[in-house]
Amino acid sequence: MEQSEVIHIEHHQNKNEVRNVTIVLSVLTIVELILGFLMMDMAHGSTARLATKITIIVLMLAKAYYIVGYFMHLKHEIRNLIMTIVVPLLLFVWFITAFLYEGNSFRNLRNTYDPHFKEQQFIKKQPTEHSNKQEHKEGDHEEKKVME
Amino acid sequence: MSTATTATTKWWNGGKSPFNVEYGKLMMWYFLMSDAFTFGAFLISYGTIRFSTNGWPDPNVVFQSYPLKSATSGPAPLVFVSIMTFILIISSVTMVQAVKAGHEMKKNKVVMNLIWTIIGGAAFLSCQAWEWNHLHHEGAWWGHNPFLNSDLTQSSTNFTNYFFTITGFHGFHVFSGVIINIVMLIMTLNNSFEKRGHYLMIEKAGLYWHFVDLVWVFVFTCFYLI
Repeated sequence: MEQSEVIHIEHHQNKNEVRNVTIVLSVLTIVELILGFLMMDMAHGSTARLATKITIIVLMLAKAYYIVGYFMHLKHEIRNLIMTIVVPLLLFVWFITAFLYEGNSFRNLRNTYDPHFKEQQFIKKQPTEHSNKQEHKEGDHEEKKVME
Repeated sequence: MSTATTATTKWWNGGKSPFNVEYGKLMMWYFLMSDAFTFGAFLISYGTIRFSTNGWPDPNVVFQSYPLKSATSGPAPLVFVSIMTFILIISSVTMVQAVKAGHEMKKNKVVMNLIWTIIGGAAFLSCQAWEWNHLHHEGAWWGHNPFLNSDLTQSSTNFTNYFFTITGFHGFHVFSGVIINIVMLIMTLNNSFEKRGHYLMIEKAGLYWHFVDLVWVFVFTCFYLI
């Protein structure tokens, strides 16, 4: 039988492990949400906002670690298995760095060498009513534009 | 303990699985790894476009409603999506309990926890359906973006295209996960696993379900928080 080849190691894991990981995940999510609310008052493009975003990403990675390590049980598998899963995923480091760098570079190049593009991108619009207000009519919007 | 066993067992001498898991579970891990690259490619593509654009809509302006919200109450950003996040975390916990009960061969406990997991998945899908419907009513869809950038400049349709594609792809995974869990529930009720002598199939379904939760952690952060 195929199954008999697998040595079933008794996991004498902490009885409370699942409960503890649930608490950790909930707390991390709540902290993320608090940071999200704090971020609303920060100016767009400010250092404080950027720092908050980086903190949220770190918390996200921590959550991912707890889900994969404990819920998906990878931490309790043997080293060979962990390595075949984790090592290929290291490609993401290059993947993310290269592509985000590329995107950023593309924006800078266009802003520098394509004045028309930049001009188009920085035209301010009247905030349109996209949310709950039903009374908004297309006509109002047209008038505002004419008045400008 | 596992470390002691690893030291004394010669994993590569043949006669046993060098990874100490059965074939199906190993292949589930490799499938999930490939799926992680698919989702990663989507999210990195989203990040690249966002980095190459001068402005981007503020998620707190876009996602600020919940069902039965009165028109007079102010915007409520992050409220609905945090409920969705907790639903998925809790359904992941019940799945862990189902897998654990399977190891202990407790059929009734497996059934109970699988039912809770299925309910959680269905609740998440309902939330997502409501949100898509709500955004669609506001004029957002593939190719249509009614929202302005946070600096009040004109936004491109990239924002809605990526949002609907990636949350849609994730929602489809949740949907498949619910179907898999229902199949597991039916098999458990039919005593298929009792006859087999083990509940290892539940473990594979569990891996898939946790992966869905894992992807949501990333989607939630990338679209709703930052």
